[in-house]
Amino acid sequence: MDLNLTPQEEEFRQQVRDWLGRNRPVALHQRGEVEGKTWVQRAKNWQRRLYEAGYLALAWPREYGGQALDPMRQAIVSEELMRANIPGVVGSNSISMLGPTLITWGTEEQKRRYLPKILTAEEIWCQGYSEPGAGSDLASLRTRADLQGDEFVINGQKVWTSGAHIANMMFGLFRTNPDAPKHRGISYLLVDMKTPGITVRPLVQMNGEADFCEVFFDNARVPRASLVGELHEGWKVANTTMVHERNWLGASPQRLFDKLLERARSQQRGGAPLVSNPLYRQRLADIHIEVEAMRLHALRLLSNAIHKRPGGVENLVAKLIGTELNHRMAIAGMDMLGDYATLGRGEQRAPDRGVWSATWFGSIARMFGGGTSEIQKNVIAERGLGMPKSR
Amino acid sequence: MDFGLTDEQEQLKTGARDFLSNECPSAVVRKVMAEESGLAPDLYKKMAELGWTGMIVPEEFGGLGLGMLDLAVLLEECGYAALPGPFPFSSGIAASVLRLGGSPDQCQRWLPELAAGRLTGTVAIVEEADSLDAADIVLAAARDGAGFVLNGVKMFVPYAHAADFIVVAARTDPGPEGLGFFVVEGGANGLTSRILKNVDQTRRVCEVKFDGVKVPAASRLEKSSGLLERLIDAGAVIVAADSLGGSERALEMAVEYSKVREQFGRPIGSFQALQHLAAELVAGLEPARSLLWYAAYGQDAGLDDASRAASMAKARLSNVYSRTADQSVLMHGGIGFTWEHDIHLWFKRSRFNDPFFGDPVFHRERVATLSGY
Repeated sequence: MDLNLTPQEEEFRQQVRDWLGRNRPVALHQRGEVEGKTWVQRAKNWQRRLYEAGYLALAWPREYGGQALDPMRQAIVSEELMRANIPGVVGSNSISMLGPTLITWGTEEQKRRYLPKILTAEEIWCQGYSEPGAGSDLASLRTRADLQGDEFVINGQKVWTSGAHIANMMFGLFRTNPDAPKHRGISYLLVDMKTPGITVRPLVQMNGEADFCEVFFDNARVPRASLVGELHEGWKVANTTMVHERNWLGASPQRLFDKLLERARSQQRGGAPLVSNPLYRQRLADIHIEVEAMRLHALRLLSNAIHKRPGGVENLVAKLIGTELNHRMAIAGMDMLGDYATLGRGEQRAPDRGVWSATWFGSIARMFGGGTSEIQKNVIAERGLGMPKSR
Repeated sequence: MDFGLTDEQEQLKTGARDFLSNECPSAVVRKVMAEESGLAPDLYKKMAELGWTGMIVPEEFGGLGLGMLDLAVLLEECGYAALPGPFPFSSGIAASVLRLGGSPDQCQRWLPELAAGRLTGTVAIVEEADSLDAADIVLAAARDGAGFVLNGVKMFVPYAHAADFIVVAARTDPGPEGLGFFVVEGGANGLTSRILKNVDQTRRVCEVKFDGVKVPAASRLEKSSGLLERLIDAGAVIVAADSLGGSERALEMAVEYSKVREQFGRPIGSFQALQHLAAELVAGLEPARSLLWYAAYGQDAGLDDASRAASMAKARLSNVYSRTADQSVLMHGGIGFTWEHDIHLWFKRSRFNDPFFGDPVFHRERVATLSGY
């Protein structure tokens, strides 16, 4: 156990901090309060600046735009971004999920064609996985991609596709062999969203925003070169992405806890702040302990990665506990606000500019997005604890 | 940066697992449970030969001079085995109070023999109020010539009936700074210990009466300012480490049982009701292990937030152990409620650990106070 950074790492941290101090992005938080196109352009510009400064995808190989640094450097940058209260970049799903998948499975041509533009945010990607009939049972997906000559012809529908309306490209799973067992007839394709035959319809979410979409395919033709990995082997390819997605969704909860504590200090009831009410103190401390446990647990997983220790079941729990903790914090904030909790964004009486109800909605989405808590528990029990298969 | 165990600590852990599975299987634990003194002297001797009894005792006093993280790694294995006897209370808690509060002479008087396993010590803090709050410590230490005379009752003192010395927290003056810690010899006049009938038979705890016990001034630990808080830090980590190992064992037993017990024509572990329960338990346990490592390391490295980290680990692991043990019994069904099945050893031990050295409510309040809210 040694929690000290090397002098080089300390120096690097200071560089990042200084740079962020001079280069804060403008109003990236107020998504939903800014007109959509303006927000997207701002977010792209910011990602590009961050990349050009050398603070994005530090662990990627040099030839594809990375710096081949160890995961510690990336972790330092993430921590500093969090500390500066800067939200995740607009291309975070392609950086965390698609990038590592392409690095593992892509052809040389695919890597050179796609990876640099992922980093510069010149191309924004969406993930085409879920379908109306394929959620937790993703492998039952039915959107067809039939190989005809040197093209795939795609027909069917994807749903809950976050950001499809602003995306240039989709990475997705498609049924290429309907006769094979369900895991064996799927292929992983990269699809240009401008392909004729693709229609995107944003769905209005419970929070009033329209971020996730339905995507319809009607004889959309994409070249055979869009295939990542072997034909019909897309399930294997996608599993790389899903592992990365789980890490990506377990973001640090420290920021939200700070807000919660601030709320408990400022919210008065009966002439005293809620933070001095024994029940709220206990609840806050209990959450605080979980927040700290998450922080330390992330350090442990990072150390496993740096020191190439395989680790065990501890690697599988981050998504489950991180998203459940996020939800607990949102609920605690709502409880403290009482009637004020119901006031939404745009209402001048809403405390903290209505952030609590937005956080509450978001916390619900995180618990099912990228694999429900129940699916996480299946994985933990079967892969982590070796319990017999339930199916 | 490495948030993990060293190779030496990994070896200590696997060595302890092997040793205890051979020397302290449940048959041995049960034998000690049935004896009145609950001491397991033969086993204790072997542990002393391995150096365990002097693990955190400084080398100048005959110990190995290792840290709290090393001890925590070892105590996790002791919890896993449900090791009976005074080991954690003597070589962990009593060694800590001397290491933290004793003068060189005081350490020299007790620690070498303790490290060698030739004698055991214990620490007496809580009284009838069952509280670690300094204001609830009222056992009187009145000045009496060159020494002090002690009058009062201590509760839940581990292995006091067999201890060669007891470090007792007593009130010399009013107010939070008016506490003294005195080393009282086990055979002192006016000292009586009675073993309490405790459901966790892997442990012995006593009511200890001090009826005009005279102690010399030199028996008062030199550095008493802030000692109670630092002792709580050490005790919290020591008990939490046992809870971590116990949780791991209880869950492991339940999971293994679920793989072999069949109902409706299939192993019950294939039912999601049990899978999800087990997943929730391990998802509580693993981050708590991260908390514990950090808390132990915090004391070794002298981190500013070491006290808070200790309280976080204790609060969390009390809850984790109690819940894991409860649910693990339930996963066993009827067989888990029998005396014959071993799961009740950990079930009962979890309830001992939950409040010992501060219950979760106490430690959460301490987290809040230390964090400034």
